[in-house]
Amino acid sequence: MANLRLSGLDPLELTRESNFMNVGERTNVTGSRKFLRLIKEDRFDEAVEVARDQVEGGAQVLDVNMDEGMIDGAEAMTKFLNLLAAEPDIARIPIMIDSSKWEIIVAGLKCVQGKSIVNSISLKGGEEEFIRQARYIQRMGAAVIIMAFDEKGQADTYERRIEICERAYRTLVDVVNFNPSDIIFDPNIFPVATGMEEHRRNALDFFEATQWIKENLPGAKVSGGVSNVSFSFRGNDAVREAMHSAFLFHGIRYGMDMGIVNPTQLIVYEEIEENLRKHVEDVLFDKDEDAAERLLEFAQSVSGERKKSERDLSWREAPVEKRMEHALVNGIGEFIEIDTREALAELDSPLRVIEGPLMDGMNVVGDLFGSGKMFLPQVVKSARVMKKAVAWLEPYLLESMKAGGQANKAKPKILLATVKGDVHDIGKNIVSVVLQCNGFEVVDLGVMVPPEKILTTALEEKVDIIGLSGLITPSLDEMVFLAKEMEARKLDLPLLIGGATTSRAHTAVKIAPVYSGPVIHVNDASRSVPTAQKLLSTESSNYHGAIREEYIKLAEQYSKRQQSKPILSLEEARANAFILDRTGKASRPNKLGVHSITTDVRTLRQYIDWTPFFQTWDLHGKFPRVLKDEVVGEQASALYEDATKMLDQMERERWASPSGVFGLFPAHRIDDDVMVEHNGEAIPFLSLRQQNAKAAGAPNFALADFIDTQDDYIGCFAVTAGIELAKRADDFEARGDDYNSIMLKALADRIAEAFAEYLHERVRKDYWGYASDENLDNTDLIAEKYRGIRPAPGYPACPDHLEKDTIFKLLKAEESTGITLTEQKAMYPAASVSGYYFGHRDAKYFGLGKIGKDQVEDYAARRGIAVELAEPWLGPTLNY
Amino acid sequence: MSLNSELSRIAKERILVLDGAMGTMIQRHKLDEAGYRGERYADYSEPLMGNNDLLSITQPEIILDIHRKYLAAGADLIETNTFNANRISQADYGLEDAVVEINVESAKLAVQAAKEYSTPDKPRFVVGSIGPTNRTASLSPDVNNPGFRAVTFDELVEVYSEQVEALIDGGVHLLMVETVFDTLNAKAALFAIQSVYDRLGVELPIMVSGTITDASGRTLSGQTVEAFLISLEHVPLFSIGLNCALGAEQLRPYIQTLAEKAPFLVSAHPNAGLPNAFGEYDESPEKMGNQISEFIDRNAVNIIGGCCGTTPEHIATIARLAQQGEVRALPQNSEAL
Repeated sequence: MANLRLSGLDPLELTRESNFMNVGERTNVTGSRKFLRLIKEDRFDEAVEVARDQVEGGAQVLDVNMDEGMIDGAEAMTKFLNLLAAEPDIARIPIMIDSSKWEIIVAGLKCVQGKSIVNSISLKGGEEEFIRQARYIQRMGAAVIIMAFDEKGQADTYERRIEICERAYRTLVDVVNFNPSDIIFDPNIFPVATGMEEHRRNALDFFEATQWIKENLPGAKVSGGVSNVSFSFRGNDAVREAMHSAFLFHGIRYGMDMGIVNPTQLIVYEEIEENLRKHVEDVLFDKDEDAAERLLEFAQSVSGERKKSERDLSWREAPVEKRMEHALVNGIGEFIEIDTREALAELDSPLRVIEGPLMDGMNVVGDLFGSGKMFLPQVVKSARVMKKAVAWLEPYLLESMKAGGQANKAKPKILLATVKGDVHDIGKNIVSVVLQCNGFEVVDLGVMVPPEKILTTALEEKVDIIGLSGLITPSLDEMVFLAKEMEARKLDLPLLIGGATTSRAHTAVKIAPVYSGPVIHVNDASRSVPTAQKLLSTESSNYHGAIREEYIKLAEQYSKRQQSKPILSLEEARANAFILDRTGKASRPNKLGVHSITTDVRTLRQYIDWTPFFQTWDLHGKFPRVLKDEVVGEQASALYEDATKMLDQMERERWASPSGVFGLFPAHRIDDDVMVEHNGEAIPFLSLRQQNAKAAGAPNFALADFIDTQDDYIGCFAVTAGIELAKRADDFEARGDDYNSIMLKALADRIAEAFAEYLHERVRKDYWGYASDENLDNTDLIAEKYRGIRPAPGYPACPDHLEKDTIFKLLKAEESTGITLTEQKAMYPAASVSGYYFGHRDAKYFGLGKIGKDQVEDYAARRGIAVELAEPWLGPTLNY
Repeated sequence: MSLNSELSRIAKERILVLDGAMGTMIQRHKLDEAGYRGERYADYSEPLMGNNDLLSITQPEIILDIHRKYLAAGADLIETNTFNANRISQADYGLEDAVVEINVESAKLAVQAAKEYSTPDKPRFVVGSIGPTNRTASLSPDVNNPGFRAVTFDELVEVYSEQVEALIDGGVHLLMVETVFDTLNAKAALFAIQSVYDRLGVELPIMVSGTITDASGRTLSGQTVEAFLISLEHVPLFSIGLNCALGAEQLRPYIQTLAEKAPFLVSAHPNAGLPNAFGEYDESPEKMGNQISEFIDRNAVNIIGGCCGTTPEHIATIARLAQQGEVRALPQNSEAL
């Protein structure tokens, strides 16, 4: 259902992730004595300043209420809204026209050009009046809050809440034809722990009514004034804040879309002290009859003082350049714009601010990073602060350039790109950030960049270095191709090679020989800076020479090793195939055929394998030990905390809609092919066989060996964390927030893998059901202690990416999951996994190793393509 | 087939062409004060030169001829000569009481011309043009008194109701609230239209077209294009779009925003470029056509025409491009018309 869309001068879309609507509520005569006094005394200018404070304080919507017996509400509403309209910095946000008097609402609606929210109307005065008011509001183009109130009074039980909301909804939608997305119910939040028996279920009834509304009244939103719930604890802010946060946290889980609450009266849910949280939640959920008593008692012990420790802001007293350095080193973005403004006033040139305090600060970051005292996640946070400062300076920079100001002192420029056909960019983005933090200008061309674009951009932008990245194996050939092109065009720019699939060996053997310029494999982000610096320094040619020598040696060793290791012929290898034990075959699947599956982050996070996540950030060590690691433990813990928070938010606000599809089919083996029987056809999965010489008794494996020549079964699957996360990560990046962008992409990868793990478990236990009595925890799952395997095309057991085509066709995976394949068979979104299921008791993972020309020819014939076309797909495994 | 459904059907098949400027074409006749007065207002007490809308009464042949030229150039939709035919604008000439007649006569002229050119294959439609009036409901004309308003919402509703009813009387097929510089004015116009529809039991398709004042990308009253769209989405519009103030080139990014977000058809009728040193719009049909092709190539529009400075030659070029272009599909998950 559509989001609620509002407008002032600017649009405002309230999405699930808005979490709660931050409504500025100080421009309300019933809530603010100061505002009431200003209105009463006709001091409207000052009243406008109250509104401005609210907007500057982050209000997304401005609540205006003039309900006071001593003033003419309609007149005051008109006058105030007209004055606000003349202030663009206030008028940019939508207005909430708040009144219990219809004529004041009407007066307000006639003053606003944007789409507002009317707060509120109800069935209190009967259906006829309700319809008339709703029609008018609809015609005036506003959204509306409906109080759960009817002719008989205010709803105070679960049943009354749903009775009234349903009646109001049906009337609005069926009679008035009101847009359901513009309907916001306020099902009444009442105080809990009042000591009255009938109030015990107040919170729970609200939650359950909320859930009912969301499930039964499509499009409708749920809101509520959260501070009511803690009414009994006036004067005890610690308890109130905890209660608001817990209420909102659970309310959102039940489907609440927005809570009206003073943001200063909230703390982060995770930060509520555990005992307090338990007592609060016992009350909210009416755990037992003593819950309220226990909280009241506990509240005595919690001082009314805020529990939050005051942040140490003493660094704010240092001179401005020191403050900027502190902000950069510690990744604090909060004050950087103020400080930048001050630095600009002092230095009088935006360029000097960048080259002075900002670059000085970043140099400190670079030094700390270089000496291992800072870690990647921190550096990325520093970069975020830097970007924020530069973004603030941008208009001044343009101005000073227009005024004929000095051109930017040339910084060394690096072009970065993920090569054609490949969509993976987490590592590349980290490198980009690290380089920027160290004084390089980065031209980042993104993912799937065709070679022509890389080369023309390199020339046009006069870059000093080109950096290529890739994760899937076909990317290796793209890199070789690009190096050849550079040679053909007589370029001599240094070429940096990086990405999970690349290796020093591949670079030395395949890339360096085809390009006479410097070619260097850089395996982690922290190495990129010294490497790039050396390449651009005066000792560049020495460095280049040394690397080249090293690579030549490496290539020689490699070719020697190759020569000394003869391989078996395909025939010999087949003769030594693994012999399947028929007693170990998996039973007939419970659910044959193709099935779609969706799930959520809440389910999947329990299946996450965290170790690779930390590797992404160059923090090496096995999870959870890495959190306690002597060197990186502190950073790993901080990173883990941020990741957990993001997962919480992702879960709470439903950022992701992971979707997957799997199929279970009858199958049989013919030589090295698995014939999948589906819809009356036999579709082959092509497997490749190890050809290295084995010790006696060790077989030459092919995946097909795990399937019997008759009466057997195979499965395959494709899952994705979903396109939403990819888009959101791009949004973060567009806003200059690389830290969260990289974080989200890294988490999306983990979620996709977790989905594969989760789905595999479901398949083993239910859908296929050959292991219905399996009972393993996540550590066991990560250690693959279960029966059966799920090898993925592109990985060691089956390096052939073309198999993805077959899997996708069988499952109609594009249609059902939205995953698409690039021309190089990379899956987009990148956070996706596909593979096969083998259920045989003895099925195991293996590495294919090198294969001979005879197998490539055999494979090409089976695939029905020319040998030359088959070779690139098997590139790194070729033994020739 | 009802008019609404026929229009919707055609709009799904091809890009509709709206006509070009009325004022520019009138200027070609170089009418003097006597020309504007005609016989009917020969002895009128106040000057009438410049009251283009009045020409529907005093020089109907000129107006009819302009309509015919645009129809011949290929326009599917022609606009009535009623941009200023409302009580507030006509007060400048003291002609408040002529408002109903101007609207009725203007509508009849356009309907007559449209009939002449209509064929079963290419039916032509008349759009009742509703201008913004010359007062703003959400801005004060007095910088020292920001709370002051020269016109209220209620006054605008009344003024617009009169014009709308007269246009419907004259037989228009659609209504267009155009050159919206203050969204609150447009909300009043739409409120008036819907109320009149209720009263008369009719429902003509409604088009809305806003104006981006300058490179800030905002309306005069300060809204972004998206905010403008959200503010008016509550009305089941036939189309929403932008016109005037900018040439096609400058208008493109804002049309793109509408193309992505609007659950309605999207229209554009830009000026013939930006005014030159003499305040004239002089972009050639070819040049404008080149820019318009960009809209069309990006599938950004459903209805395209011209505003200030455009002529039948411009519209002929545009019509040719529109014919080759592919129609913009409504964004997914937006409700149908």
